[in-house]
Amino acid sequence: MSTVSMTVNGEAVCGKVESRTLLVQFLRENLGLTGTHVGCDTSQCGACVIHVNGKSVKSCTMLAIQADGADVTTIEGLANEAGLHPMQQAFMDNHGLQCGFCTPGMVMSALDIVNRSGHELDESTVRKELEGNICRCTGYHNIVKAVQAGAKAMGGS
Amino acid sequence: MYEFNYRKVASVAAATEAMQQAEDGKFMAGGQTMLPTMKHRLASPSDLIDLGGVAELTGISVENENLIVGAMTTHAAVAASAEVQQAIPALARLAGNIGDPAVRNRGTLGGSIANHDPAADYPAAVIALGATVQTSKRAISAEEFFTGMFETALEDDEIVTSVSFPLPEAAAYMKFENPASRYAIVGVFVAKTGGEVRVGVTGATACAHRGLRLEAALGGELDAGGIDAVELPVEQMNSDIHASAEYRAHLVKVMTKRAVEACQ
Ligand SMILES: Cc1cc2nc3c(=O)[nH]c(=O)nc-3n(C[C@H](O)[C@H](O)[C@H](O)COP(=O)(O)OP(=O)(O)OC[C@H]3O[C@@H](n4cnc5c(N)ncnc54)[C@H](O)[C@@H]3O)c2cc1C
Ligand code: FES
Ligand code: FES
Repeated sequence: MSTVSMTVNGEAVCGKVESRTLLVQFLRENLGLTGTHVGCDTSQCGACVIHVNGKSVKSCTMLAIQADGADVTTIEGLANEAGLHPMQQAFMDNHGLQCGFCTPGMVMSALDIVNRSGHELDESTVRKELEGNICRCTGYHNIVKAVQAGAKAMGGS
Repeated sequence: MYEFNYRKVASVAAATEAMQQAEDGKFMAGGQTMLPTMKHRLASPSDLIDLGGVAELTGISVENENLIVGAMTTHAAVAASAEVQQAIPALARLAGNIGDPAVRNRGTLGGSIANHDPAADYPAAVIALGATVQTSKRAISAEEFFTGMFETALEDDEIVTSVSFPLPEAAAYMKFENPASRYAIVGVFVAKTGGEVRVGVTGATACAHRGLRLEAALGGELDAGGIDAVELPVEQMNSDIHASAEYRAHLVKVMTKRAVEACQ
């Protein structure tokens, strides 16, 4: 076992992990942050997407020990006392979810798109950039709308 | 995934030493293939030697008419690099169409070619551009590097340090992608360098290779007129749930024509 320490959603945390402990396991099992989901074992579904040092990664395809010293943001780090993050609000307003299983990964990927491509996103950009996020319910239509609306709202705030 | 010893190293020399000391060690770049493989217990190394902290393995530069990309440079970094976009725009586009954004943020050039998945994109570019793979021990030409399905010329303790791509006059990559994984069902990279036109083919057969029959039909020109008449060995093509051998043979020609046209 080794000790890892990192910043998660602005808070310094540490814990004991095996070498093989995945970052998503550390978040869910050690820290109780169960918003980050696991939907596959092939690194394809994107339900586990979080940000590590400002970039989107699949937390099922990274070891906790690799994130030692990193700055991590999960879905739990977005809302504050004032309410939901504009991107979360946009998913709600646009009916961008049904069962909600894919939603945390979708929202984290959406924020990564905004970071790289700005607030005015056309439909084809959003669809292309969400290639690594699979949804079994919605048919993506409203997710795309939500991401566009959320991006715009973030620009206005 | 079975437990292993995690070894973080800061230099190529330390990585080599760690590998030599390990009973059954493996290098890890971004883990985008290594970790899924270990989860499925298709690999269970005694030691995992993480190259993530080896600064000397990242970076992009242009020197003496060559674009040099460090092995640990991520696909996202290659795609976004102004230097790559200017020197070999087709390579930047190729990197920007590997997998998805999260995979591109971790996956690396060195890991992609060392792994040599028969459906990976980079091998087609390495071959068509006539690149040289620089390792911790030697320089290996593209054609000698890829030896078979998931097989390369690398020795167990040999590390890819960078790849050197001679600057082409024109180049383009076309992939017919699997809609779920984005891996190439067939990918063809065409490059004109020093008056010679080379074709690199991935996804079609067990091993990324030079399309010599296609090159002969092109005869050094970026004119796809002769491609339809080329006969490809269907029996050597991969056949799986994604595409039959006949379909892959057809796709190789279609992708070649599109790549040649995109070069113009
Ligand atoms: C969902 C998904 C979609 C993908 N889609 C595509 C796609 O469309 N096209 C495509 O080409 N690829 C695709 N990939 C693969 C991706 O490009 C990875 O970059 C590639 O698999 C290598 O990963 P890595 O760099 O993290 O290397 P790792 O997984 O860490 O390592 C892979 C292998 O290379 C060895 N290795 C790594 N670096 C070195 C080095 N410097 N020297 C010697 N050996 C080394 C390791 O020991 C290991 O055997 C996809 C992957 C995923 C998970
Ligand atoms: S759980 Fe499916 S990509 Fe991570
Ligand atoms: S809302 Fe159910 S998986 Fe996307």
